[in-house]
Amino acid sequence: MSTAQAVSHFAISCEVNGTTVDRVVAVRQLLADFIREDLGLTGTHLGCEHGVCGACTVVLDGEAVRSCLALAVQADGRSITTIEGLSGDGLTSMQQAFRRAHALQCGFCTPGFIATLSVADPSDYHDEAGVRQLISGNLCRCTGYENIVAAVCEEWGIERS
Amino acid sequence: MKPPLFLYLRPDSLEEALAAMHEHGDEARPLAGGQSLVPMLNFRLARPEVLVDLSRVEELVGTSCPGPSAISFGAMTPQRAAERLEKVRSTCPLVSMMLPFVGHVQNRARGTIGGSIAHADPAAELPALCLALGGTVVARNAEGERRLRADGFFGGPFTTALMPDELLTSVELPGVRREDVAFAEIARRQGDFAMAGVVAVRETAQTAVRLVAFGVGGTPVRLPRAEKILEGQELTPACIAEAASAAAGEVDPIEDLHADGRTRRALVDALVRRVLGELGSEGAR
Repeated sequence: MSTAQAVSHFAISCEVNGTTVDRVVAVRQLLADFIREDLGLTGTHLGCEHGVCGACTVVLDGEAVRSCLALAVQADGRSITTIEGLSGDGLTSMQQAFRRAHALQCGFCTPGFIATLSVADPSDYHDEAGVRQLISGNLCRCTGYENIVAAVCEEWGIERS
Repeated sequence: MKPPLFLYLRPDSLEEALAAMHEHGDEARPLAGGQSLVPMLNFRLARPEVLVDLSRVEELVGTSCPGPSAISFGAMTPQRAAERLEKVRSTCPLVSMMLPFVGHVQNRARGTIGGSIAHADPAAELPALCLALGGTVVARNAEGERRLRADGFFGGPFTTALMPDELLTSVELPGVRREDVAFAEIARRQGDFAMAGVVAVRETAQTAVRLVAFGVGGTPVRLPRAEKILEGQELTPACIAEAASAAAGEVDPIEDLHADGRTRRALVDALVRRVLGELGSEGAR
């Protein structure tokens, strides 16, 4: 049996923040670079580019994923929501909680945190330890996490220990 | 920090995927969830000529119960999906206990059961789980299927018994009751690779315990000297202490910036005490 031809470029169609996007991508292009460079959605930030820092977290088919660890070609037929799509015209209530609690300083990591939190089910989290575990995949080098935890706990009605 | 050039194939069926692996063999790498392979591409540590993306091979996704007390995971079953399944929790609770420690939630959304086992990172949880439970790895190539026991599957760091044209298609694990399993690991941060971890599984006869350590050598390792001490014994504090000390003595730990060899031995000692203590209290009636 003969196999399909291996290719260097691929025509993809995906939904980004509710809009259908058709593009031809190089198969080696990372999803994060596609989002930033081809679509101009620079709210998704790239820190480490190897899946450690979480700054590039986006929502792919309803799950928070690292866009530096997916290829753009793998978004074919999928639905992506970036920070631009999450916040729309104004700040989400979680973003407002971040602002009230001073949960960011430089803000580089914030879109990743918001993306992770946007798909988490608050009913799965009952205490501060659970919140810390949830956000363990997102690094912040400014806040020491205290105010981020405070913002999430405030927003989800969790009493801090 | 960008992947090198490669060519890409996206088969829609297992047959097409196996044909691609047959055609490209050594030059091809299968892409599962990409949570290890894509970082390796970004670092240029992996330079495959052809990437065979398995994400559209539906036959490789899903969980089934081949027997009354066993569970089988299709290789491409996402870790996060398996983590959420009640069927997994009730049939093989050790899987549900260990999955939350595999990377972070964002990694588990894409990372797969089979991908982690085929990648064979010596500090990863799933290979250790597979070895501790005495699981079976099912592999296929264009010629046919092989069933490989977990004992002997892991040959070294990132090295398994899979042949270049073979795909890991499923993993079968025996169901072991919650009171007969225990697991503990120590990492700097939740979701990081463990500096050391230990899994204990009490065998059905209740007189033997399988002990596996990971993060301390080139592969997950059984701890035969410690297991021997436990054979036929009640898990008394004295017996546990003797086994823990034997375990610490029989591992040959790696050294890296997270921990030197002495530290890792001490961690193995502490972790063996912890898991056996848990098994002992669960087993007491």
